[in-house]
Amino acid sequence: MALNEQKDKKSVQQLIAIQKGKKGKKWFEKSIPVILFVIASISVLTTFGIVFTLIFETFEFFRRVPILDFIFGKEWLPFSNSQPRYGILPLIAGTLKVTLIAVVVAVPIGLASAIYLSEYASDNMRRVIKPVLEVLAGVPTIVYGFFALTFVTPLLQQFIPELKIFNALSPGIVVGIMILPMIASLSEDAMSSVPNSIREGALALGATKLEVAMKVVLPAALSGIMASIVLAVSRAIGETMIVALAGGSTPRFDMDMTDSIQTMTAYIVQVATGDAGYGTTIYYSIYAVGFTLFLFTLLMNWLAHAISKRFREEY
Amino acid sequence: MRYIDHASVVKRMSGRMIVNKIFQAIFLVATLFALLTLGVLFYRIISQGMGFLTPDFFMNFSSRFPEKAGIKAALVGSLWMMAVVAPVSLILGVGSAIYLEEYATKNKINSFIRMNIANLAGVPSVVFGLLGLTIFVRALSLGNSILAAGFTMSLLILPVIVVASQESIRAVPKELREASYAMGATKWQTIAKVVLPSAIPGILTGGILALSRAIGETAPLVVIGIPVIIQFLPENFLSQFTAMPMQIFDWAKRPQEAYQSVAAAGIIVLMIFLLAMNSIAVIIRNKFQKRY
Repeated sequence: MALNEQKDKKSVQQLIAIQKGKKGKKWFEKSIPVILFVIASISVLTTFGIVFTLIFETFEFFRRVPILDFIFGKEWLPFSNSQPRYGILPLIAGTLKVTLIAVVVAVPIGLASAIYLSEYASDNMRRVIKPVLEVLAGVPTIVYGFFALTFVTPLLQQFIPELKIFNALSPGIVVGIMILPMIASLSEDAMSSVPNSIREGALALGATKLEVAMKVVLPAALSGIMASIVLAVSRAIGETMIVALAGGSTPRFDMDMTDSIQTMTAYIVQVATGDAGYGTTIYYSIYAVGFTLFLFTLLMNWLAHAISKRFREEY
Repeated sequence: MRYIDHASVVKRMSGRMIVNKIFQAIFLVATLFALLTLGVLFYRIISQGMGFLTPDFFMNFSSRFPEKAGIKAALVGSLWMMAVVAPVSLILGVGSAIYLEEYATKNKINSFIRMNIANLAGVPSVVFGLLGLTIFVRALSLGNSILAAGFTMSLLILPVIVVASQESIRAVPKELREASYAMGATKWQTIAKVVLPSAIPGILTGGILALSRAIGETAPLVVIGIPVIIQFLPENFLSQFTAMPMQIFDWAKRPQEAYQSVAAAGIIVLMIFLLAMNSIAVIIRNKFQKRY
């Protein structure tokens, strides 16, 4: 009896041997990492695609417009029939104005929220505020743009009568509101990762909570905070719909906050919604502007990366 | 010898405590600013758009007359686009994440892929639009179709999905994998039948949040030239279409006062969509979240 059973049933070792004999399975198993590697390389292809299309079309643009005129030109008049000018500086000025206002709004409020959430708030308070920040971060930028155009600008006009319908101030403030959750939550993460033992040490020496926050936690979390601000600046530079709706389309090379401006992103939108034909200089100019924008944000992202890597505190 | 002058400490203490309280109040006010902004934003948009949010609004195409303008084409167009974005971005994103977490060794190519994904996340969406315009609309001559827009959006949200999937795959404990190997399972069997089922709630949560970003994103659509005046529904993936944010952008730009309300009504529809998707993501996160 026992012997018969042994004959019918195969041992685990035998089963594995049979499995190994199935060539198909083996081939399947080996092809999986190759397929997945190809999928993972698509993100690399995307980057190459972005860089190459931008460089390629920008090169075409520079065959028509001298590169020095583009970099140092103080006039951006692409739609002029008689004398089109392609100097990027007015668009950069517009972008910087909006970014500057956004930073002035978002950094103090964002840092204050981060300090409150990490040092003062009770768990209940945190449970309410954090989802609000998440919702605020998830609001589409087109909604913010509409808000800037129909609410913030009229509101500001009550206090600043000379403010135009399209201006730098209103989109700047709203971009600030848009990047606020980013600064608040990333800085809060950096502050929360400062170990409690350090806080308790300072408290035991008689420091108040404010002194602990300002003199102990803030310096310890500085690299994370700086990185969050730089990342937020990068987001503000690349922000498109808010400035396209509320910023206007008048590129100007000055620091006037109350008049209509144009940012790099808003120019791309203006050309894309207009009817500039394929192959015209105006068509190629959006790639040159896009490339400049790409370089700006890339620089900021690398800076953020370098800051958080270089000054990382390990506890 | 006394190092601490007790009297001066006592004298200064009350002042320091008051400063502490004042700053606590300032920090609280700053935190509540976010809450206030969100409240004002929602209140403004709802009060402005509610009047236009009639059944007709969902049944009509966009129109030259604000009172006849509807969101039908844009709503259906957004859904069609999502039918492209959801499978494409999830397959690419989860596939990349499995490769990076389970197969990739620590060599230069793989760390380059990792760095690249981090960099890609920081590229402005308008630049993705330029990529889509050049590659999908022109080079592959898809035109301003659902497919071209869907591919562009998929690439845009790819980094978000990869990172979210990586995190939830990483959170699956090693013991589960080892138990599977000990039972004689191959690597792919382990991934497909052990790792992915435990990681799927996290992947879905991250994926839905990323998709909700794709629904609300406008700039790439503007750049690849998605039209706004569409009087028909798409028939296949190569049809022309329009999407909700695009339609809202068009309405918001128009000078007539009434279109502001139409835009607000459109925003309400868009926000309800996003809210629903976010709620689903939160429900999945809470219901299936496993603690090991």
